[in-house]
Amino acid sequence: MRLITHNMLSCNIKGVTNGFPLKIEAEKVIEKEVDFNPDFLRHMFAKIEWKALAEAARSMGYAELPDDSPDAAVIESADETFLRKLHHALLELHLEEGALVCPETGRKFPVNKGIPNMLLHEDEV
Amino acid sequence: MSTRPELLAPPEIFYDDSEARKYTSSSRIVEIQARLSERALELLALPEDDVPRFLLDIGCGSGLSGETISENGHHWIGLDISASMLNVAVEREVEGDLLLGDMGQGLGLRAGVIDGAISISAVQWLCNADKSSHEPRLRLKAFFGSLYRCLSRGARAVFQVYPESIAQRELILGQALKAGFGGGLVVDYPHSTKKRKEFLVLTCGSVPTSINDGHKDSDDDDDDSEDEENGMVCVSDRNRPRKKQRTNKKGKGREWVLRKKEQSRRKGNDVPADSKYTARKRKSRF
Ligand SMILES: C[S@@+](CC[C@H](N)C(=O)[O-])C[C@H]1O[C@@H](n2cnc3c(N)ncnc32)[C@H](O)[C@@H]1O
Repeated sequence: MRLITHNMLSCNIKGVTNGFPLKIEAEKVIEKEVDFNPDFLRHMFAKIEWKALAEAARSMGYAELPDDSPDAAVIESADETFLRKLHHALLELHLEEGALVCPETGRKFPVNKGIPNMLLHEDEV
Repeated sequence: MSTRPELLAPPEIFYDDSEARKYTSSSRIVEIQARLSERALELLALPEDDVPRFLLDIGCGSGLSGETISENGHHWIGLDISASMLNVAVEREVEGDLLLGDMGQGLGLRAGVIDGAISISAVQWLCNADKSSHEPRLRLKAFFGSLYRCLSRGARAVFQVYPESIAQRELILGQALKAGFGGGLVVDYPHSTKKRKEFLVLTCGSVPTSINDGHKDSDDDDDDSEDEENGMVCVSDRNRPRKKQRTNKKGKGREWVLRKKEQSRRKGNDVPADSKYTARKRKSRF
């Protein structure tokens, strides 16, 4: 699972009001190269919860993203330094093994072979 | 498909390791799923600006449908309840992110972040009660409610489904409308039992229209082929001679569409601007 997906994912256990962001417990992180597409990054930028992304990247061992969201000018700028970092964080880092932890209940969703197990128990639905 | 797999066992049991492998190594299935996915993507009607979008593939299985999304240049998240199917997807090195999850439990995704969703041959599974705690109506409700929330306004969701009966189709459609979706049914090859394919085309944040009315007609042939954008049943019959098809389409031309759009604008809805493409017939390609 990449961080673009982590940034969209929240815990939907019944009764949980703040299931975002899921905390990452990383045991194994891998990198896979993806074609750089600035248009896609610009498109996604508005949807991203920045703090969650920066924090998630850090927990995956990538500390290059600033804590605070850069403003739109940086995203639109012709200088792609920043976009390259965003690209790497969002699309090239994969959580292979580990867990996602609900911030409210502490419930752990295991991640194996890159696949988070988001199945809920019957009493969580 | 003589016996419906949905009736044999719950999906996570039916799609075990051997079935997952069998499914994905059948060239016939691979080809059919690719064609269905291609058509679903077409019905998603994403803007043609070459910007990749972030899509959802619900019941993604071994990634056959997802591969079509990748080939079209988009990114995707795939959700499936069968670990065996997802394992095959991993082996095949699909490009999407995979989640093991049950759509009937609702999607745990933030609001408004997804640009579109497709689901190929999966949603009919929700109509079965596989456990005593399962109530199809409630599971469909949880699913469509959460899907509606995570889609961005104006986004579409396209489901290719194999409903078992008219009642089942109505159950699915009814729950989708209750969740706030507008839209309706698109039927390809309606007169061929073998080739007939149904697509539920749902729009998020547009005028909810009376699909219930439209869709009752869908079984009695002719006059029901209308504009999918307006949430009615659209029968795109590719078998019929062109001439006949054209007379079918008569009556609701560009002016009608412009008038409807104007009405919708007055109600304060977000309606795409008029252009030379407005009310143009879509190319029917498969
Ligand atoms: C016929 S396969 C289609 C797979 C893929 N979309 C394709 O085109 O090849 C149906 C898939 O739906 C999945 N499915 C059934 N019920 C589900 C549920 N409640 N939640 C998530 N996936 C489900 C099954 O596990 C199976 O992989």
